[in-house]
Amino acid sequence: MKIVKSRMLIMSEAAQKKTPLYDEHVERGAKMIPFGDWIMPVQYTSILDEHQAVRKNVGMFDISHMGQLIAEGKGAGPWLNEMLTNNIDKLAVGAGQYTFLLNDKGGIIDDLIVYRIGDQKFLLVVNASRTDEDFAWLDRHRLVGQVSNLPLAEVRKLEACATKDIDLTNRSKDFGGVAIQGPKVTELFVDLPERNHIADLELEGMPISIARTGYTGEDGIEVFFRASDAAKFWNMVLEKGERFGIKPCGLGARDTLRLEMCYPLNGSDLSPERNPIEAGLGFFVDLTKPKFIGREVLLKVKETGPGQKLVPFRMDGKAPPPRPHYSVFSNGGCIGEVTSGTLSPSLNYGVGMAYINAPHSKIGSKIEIEIRLQKFPATIEKKPLYKKS
Amino acid sequence: MNVPDDLLYTESHEWIKREGDNIRVGITDHAQAELTDVVYVEPPKKDRQVNAKEAIAVVESVKAASDIYAPVKGTVVEGNKELESNPALINTDPFGKGWIFVLKIDNPDDLKSLRDAAAYKQQIG
Repeated sequence: MKIVKSRMLIMSEAAQKKTPLYDEHVERGAKMIPFGDWIMPVQYTSILDEHQAVRKNVGMFDISHMGQLIAEGKGAGPWLNEMLTNNIDKLAVGAGQYTFLLNDKGGIIDDLIVYRIGDQKFLLVVNASRTDEDFAWLDRHRLVGQVSNLPLAEVRKLEACATKDIDLTNRSKDFGGVAIQGPKVTELFVDLPERNHIADLELEGMPISIARTGYTGEDGIEVFFRASDAAKFWNMVLEKGERFGIKPCGLGARDTLRLEMCYPLNGSDLSPERNPIEAGLGFFVDLTKPKFIGREVLLKVKETGPGQKLVPFRMDGKAPPPRPHYSVFSNGGCIGEVTSGTLSPSLNYGVGMAYINAPHSKIGSKIEIEIRLQKFPATIEKKPLYKKS
Repeated sequence: MNVPDDLLYTESHEWIKREGDNIRVGITDHAQAELTDVVYVEPPKKDRQVNAKEAIAVVESVKAASDIYAPVKGTVVEGNKELESNPALINTDPFGKGWIFVLKIDNPDDLKSLRDAAAYKQQIG
């Protein structure tokens, strides 16, 4: 047997960064794997057990690898509204929204959550693998204000006269973070902020930010704290959560949980070659805003309709689990490609997402997934694949 | 990790049990732990003729698909059908009910190329 690792889990064998919770993972016997530049726990005991712990009780994930950028200043709000697709004007202080950072072609650089944490102060929680790229892109556009298409040489000339009313800092190294997810989170923590809101407080001497967000489809929170408090916070939650059946969880369960909900994974389902409309995420794009990077392209896509659409599907009958890059067929012709796939632990059949030629992408359509040169029947489903009973 | 002394092993983590002219093959305790939860198994079809190191079965965990190789040249006598409905047997009983296939071997001398428990233990550290 050769252990063939999936692309999702191994994006680079290069330098491995450790989160402030690395020692805790190793001590508890987690299986550690490279994930982008990071070394992260893929599971502690079993992906299936950790998945069920989150669906039925509560589980905790290390998300310290995710990036935190802070934009602040008089110009920060209007500027971010031209950088991101969703409408920041809709955010009261303490509220957050899912949004996209697009390139000039409307392709997705990153998907992220932006919170208004002060009148003129914003926190962007971004994907680990994109943090540096996001920062560089934003910083470049901060310097030139509203000019987005200039070559770098021109940007340098403009640096001297850059506006001073937007501060942008990358605080990723200063913070650790965990996601605590599952129906029992409200027994473990009281007085939580509302859904998609964030609040600052102090817990046992630790200053923390709690956001009512997640990537699992269950009620839950994402908590950020000083990197130096990471181990203390982690162990405190595991101890207090013991009577609720809390389990530390790895990236394996994080992936199966998010896929059952059809939440996209950047690098698999989203990429600079794909835009939010074809990804079926137009809800998070406000085309009524007069200006933002990618807007012109998205208006056109909206008008003509996307060539392909990202759709969820399920395997019908007995079949191997679908995997990224498997081809999708209809009536003998190739109509698309799988971007995410797994055996759904909650549903006990294979599920996935695929970009499929628009005419074939209707809910209920019968398709075939090619697995090891054999075609297996599947059906295009509605989002989410898993619905809480 | 459990590495029974009475079995032979391959570098690619299959175990081999001699049963007269046949061998029974599965994956080791170490391999199942590396794979994590097995959710799908495709055992080889009866009567298939296979070469040494040919990929003849597939074991899939939640996160990846892995090929299983024939340790030596031979003909498939039987694939473990029970794994199709209960793939987790590979995790719970890798050296017992989690066997994957039985092979009638062409030449018993071929088995000399396989490693013993001591050598396999050294390999997996």
